[in-house]
Amino acid sequence: MSEAAGKIWPQIEQAIKERVLMLDGAMGTMLQKQKLVEADFRGAQFKDWHVPLQGNNDLLSLTKPGAVKKVHRQYLEAGADLIETNSFNATTISQADYDLSEYAPEIARASAVVAREAADEYTSKTPNKPRAVIGSIGPLNKTLSISPKVEDPGYRDVTFDEVKDTYKGQIAAFVDLVDALLIETVFDTLNAKAAILAAKEVFAEVGYELPILISGTITDRSGRTLSGQTAEAFWLSVAHAKPFAVGLNCALGADEMRPHILAISKVANSYILAFPNAGLPNAFGEYDESADEMAAQVAPWANEGFVNILGGCCGSTPDHIRAIARRIENSAPRAHPAIAPTLRLSGLEPFQIAI
Amino acid sequence: MSSIAQFINIGERTNVAGSAKFKNLIVDGKFDEALSVALQQVESGAQIIDINMDDGLIDGKEAMTRFLKLIAGEPDIARVPIMIDSSKWEVLEAGLKCVQGKAVVNSISLKEGEEPFLEQGRKLRDMGAATVIMAFDESGQAETAEHKFAICERAYNLLVDKLDFPPQDIIFDPNIFAVATGIEEHNDYAVAFFEACKMIKEKLPHARISGGLSNVSFAFRGNNPVREAMHSVFLYHAIPAGLDMAIVNAGQLTIYDNIPEELRERVEDVILNRREDATDRLLEVADKYRGGKSKKRVVDTRWREQPVGKRLEHGLVHGITKFIVEDTEEARQAAERPLHVIEGPLMDGMNVVGDLFGSGKMFLPQVVKSARVMKAAVAHLMPFMEEEKEAMGLADTSNGTILMATVKGDVHDIGKNIVGVVLQCNGYDIIDLGVMVPAEKILEEAQKHNVDMIGLSGLITPSLDEMVYVGSEMQRLEMDIPLLIGGATTSKTHTAVKIEPAYKNGATIYVLDASRAVGVVSTMMGDKKDDYAKNIRADYVKAREAHIRSQSKKERLTLKEAQDNRWSADWDNYDAPKPSFLGTQNFVDYDLARLRDFIDWTPFFATWELKGRYPAILDNERYGKAARDLFKDANKMLDQIIAEKWVEARAVIGFWPCVQNGDDIDVFTDEARKEKLATFHGLRQQISKGGNGKPNYNIADYISPNGDYIGGFCVTAGINEDGRAQKFKDAGDDYNAILLQALTDRLAEAFAEHMHQQVRREHWGYAPDEPFKDDDLIAEKYAGIRPAPGYPAQPDHTEKATLFRLLDATKTAGVTLTQSFAMHPASSVSGLYLAHPDSVYFGVGKIAKDQVEDYARRKDMDLRDVERWLAPILNY
Repeated sequence: MSEAAGKIWPQIEQAIKERVLMLDGAMGTMLQKQKLVEADFRGAQFKDWHVPLQGNNDLLSLTKPGAVKKVHRQYLEAGADLIETNSFNATTISQADYDLSEYAPEIARASAVVAREAADEYTSKTPNKPRAVIGSIGPLNKTLSISPKVEDPGYRDVTFDEVKDTYKGQIAAFVDLVDALLIETVFDTLNAKAAILAAKEVFAEVGYELPILISGTITDRSGRTLSGQTAEAFWLSVAHAKPFAVGLNCALGADEMRPHILAISKVANSYILAFPNAGLPNAFGEYDESADEMAAQVAPWANEGFVNILGGCCGSTPDHIRAIARRIENSAPRAHPAIAPTLRLSGLEPFQIAI
Repeated sequence: MSSIAQFINIGERTNVAGSAKFKNLIVDGKFDEALSVALQQVESGAQIIDINMDDGLIDGKEAMTRFLKLIAGEPDIARVPIMIDSSKWEVLEAGLKCVQGKAVVNSISLKEGEEPFLEQGRKLRDMGAATVIMAFDESGQAETAEHKFAICERAYNLLVDKLDFPPQDIIFDPNIFAVATGIEEHNDYAVAFFEACKMIKEKLPHARISGGLSNVSFAFRGNNPVREAMHSVFLYHAIPAGLDMAIVNAGQLTIYDNIPEELRERVEDVILNRREDATDRLLEVADKYRGGKSKKRVVDTRWREQPVGKRLEHGLVHGITKFIVEDTEEARQAAERPLHVIEGPLMDGMNVVGDLFGSGKMFLPQVVKSARVMKAAVAHLMPFMEEEKEAMGLADTSNGTILMATVKGDVHDIGKNIVGVVLQCNGYDIIDLGVMVPAEKILEEAQKHNVDMIGLSGLITPSLDEMVYVGSEMQRLEMDIPLLIGGATTSKTHTAVKIEPAYKNGATIYVLDASRAVGVVSTMMGDKKDDYAKNIRADYVKAREAHIRSQSKKERLTLKEAQDNRWSADWDNYDAPKPSFLGTQNFVDYDLARLRDFIDWTPFFATWELKGRYPAILDNERYGKAARDLFKDANKMLDQIIAEKWVEARAVIGFWPCVQNGDDIDVFTDEARKEKLATFHGLRQQISKGGNGKPNYNIADYISPNGDYIGGFCVTAGINEDGRAQKFKDAGDDYNAILLQALTDRLAEAFAEHMHQQVRREHWGYAPDEPFKDDDLIAEKYAGIRPAPGYPAQPDHTEKATLFRLLDATKTAGVTLTQSFAMHPASSVSGLYLAHPDSVYFGVGKIAKDQVEDYARRKDMDLRDVERWLAPILNY
């Protein structure tokens, strides 16, 4: 574990008891604004790579780290307490799209390095507002619960152990540089369970543990994850990770996400995390909810006391983060609800036996 | 929506071991059809589905993962949690890798030792699964409750302490094994399971319990009705013991109450291992139910096809009211006159009842039920008879009219009601004057209605004198009809010695119980009445002579001698325990459910003239069935009494400082023991102990002369009872009226027992650690006694006046005293609390005149009054 990582987290744990913490906003949105071209993505290292690399944002951590660091700084400047590494797709399975699987650990590590530098820079600037680095673990482009072949619903193009191993590679690559892990944008809870197991195995190998944050994605107004679970069933399926925080991100704007965050907030004895999109995409696939509009919807969650960490996902910018941060300055953080221990299980829906 | 379950049915049809159909589908690779089996399980109510692919013909790991992946694509199935069931760890682990929800694995165990167990536990923890743990260790599967629990406890401690495994994710399977296999060691398997469940629930917090239900009935393979009955009975007992879930076929579970009674009883004998021949007895009847549909109660309705007379008889003998009106109406239409229905088929039926009763083949509760049927039939005919009577100017016909009453000062009438019903069954008209009836009223009504006989009833000793008084008044008024005497304190001796001499004009006859009443009454109404009366007189002469002989033999000690042989403790070293409060404490609307467990059932059956100890009486060869039916009705009514608050229970208890003062106990207002509040007077045994070292007891002996405490209580379970019983009577339902009285009587006794326990443990608190075991309570093995005035340790009923004054019991408990110091409502108990650990119950026995004179002086009462109250115990 890095020296900074070891020092920062206890201060974060103290801070979250006192106020609602700010996570950063979208990385992709901000990189897009930098109008980077194919050459930027390739850098010197992949100048002659045999497939196009534009759009592989994670790769920029390796090939154009300055661009990534710039985004981190913008969010830190806007008031983020926690920033996510640019490693959403830095796994052997996801990088296979670019035939870069073998570089996945390198990309993941580079993402952590750049985030660490940015965070530490701001921590030393404002020592009373420590900044932490969260290792982003994305959902993969393959899923364990859903068949890619309509004609064969029992078919899977990946196995649990393959998923677990790809996550292990990613986590091992940055475990000593980040302050916590964020298993995010969970479409398929079984993938997340593989990630949790991967984290535990890595922790066992390195001999220390990092806090785990988990964020699911309710994909549409049906109120279910892509793999069919309700928010509460999702929580019950990942509760064994004893996450530092659990919540939802992506896919929905704040208003659509609110009832599901509320549902988890009632049943989970972890901190609650929410980073919705800046509204829903318009006809052009752009997110056009203004910073003030988004803040006006999200800030009440903090003021009503059912979240502990707020941030933004697709379409959100430092302006959005700043607007939210300003509105929640005086909010009291959510206290953990008292959850009586009893056998709770889940399928797509939650189930419990009477206490 | 989150579903919250009280008891979880786990579907078993997706288990290759539980369903041949499912197994064949898997073997044949027909996974689509196998999915429909899973769907049907969920649709028929399975809250979790158990999936098991353990079979020699199946690649378990491959089949498990394929089936689970298919289920993941079926939202209607995947909505419920999954139980991955296999004896192979590799199958369990592979299965978990295919399930996104929080699943249960079934099962792991300590079979291979701690190391693999902990390794598996760690993986389950990290993969987020709950787990079933079999009571199985290195030495094998646990059979006894203790061994089952010991394994579960060890597994629990390993998982929770070493792995920080969430205890709420632990589900124990303490092994349901087959019973009724013919092997004696197997007989206790179900009981051992229940016991283990209780221990787990008590000692291992948050853990749950599951089991494979079908094992228990393995011995009855091929006989599904019996198997289902066994499953149902097993669950009926296992769930209260702590079973949370079971693998069952959710679509096929018999309702406990719908199991034919005979089958249920025999299955219950097997499950609870209640008798040695339980297996044989279940086998005896098993075949009978093999083909039958166990879901439907088998009701034998063949009797409905018989002629109407036979149907009426059947209804009367079996106490069935359901068809009585239609059958009676059919008989009326066929008969020339409505009266002929009564004199014909109904009386024929009642004669059968009478014969069966007389020959000991029917028992009182059944006879009272027959009476209920008879009353319903007569009630139907009554309007037609009235109509006919008016039209034809006919006179009543009856076998005779008997006036019945509980005498002045007494409120007990259960026995009298029973006798009345039995006589009614036999065609006698009964005029029941109720309770607390003064002699004047009895005689006035008797003359007015020109009755053929008078029956007197009483339970407490002062009623004996009142009966003598009624007899002497009958003599004075020159009546000559027979006088019948009955009730708990009455006796042939008392009747012969005291009552008969007072009433010489007519016959005075002691009637031991209800079953004798018909014989006595019919004889005294018949031709042989003079002979019978003469025999009785001769018999009573002998009884008197015997009494005199027995009297002369009973030498008494002088009071002084008896006092010198008093019981004493080492008072100088006695530290009297102080009650938690002084003065009184009042309890109203007491929770009746708390009293239920304290009921002593043996006297309840005695009320119905079914003699024998409970629970053995339920299996009595002769009247076990009658006892069981009665017990069932009693419990059903008890449920209603409690749930609908038919009666209210109240109590008042009190504690006061006191001091032993010779043969009395002086009670004081406070600890200073200066201002006297009252005196409880004691009576001393005067029987010669013949130097056997035993003392001549008096309740005052148990109180320290150096300063002590005494308690008093009055409890009742009879508030509102009268109105409720009257409603039944008005509806012609004497059976339920008597049942209610008998039950409230038991509840009052139970309340006294319960309150005494509360006093010992808390209110007085001298035995805070006393165990709760009910058997010991009824056997009176606890420390301290609660003697009641009017009963053997202090036979003087008038002492109740002092007790009631101290407790203000009429105001606080709603209990009043009659002129004879009987308590009203009758379902009440009062007495003193004495705490000395060596105190024992005793009987004062007969006392001599020197003590009576001394007692009169101490109580400041007229000697003749004292003699009247103590008449039953005077030795002169």
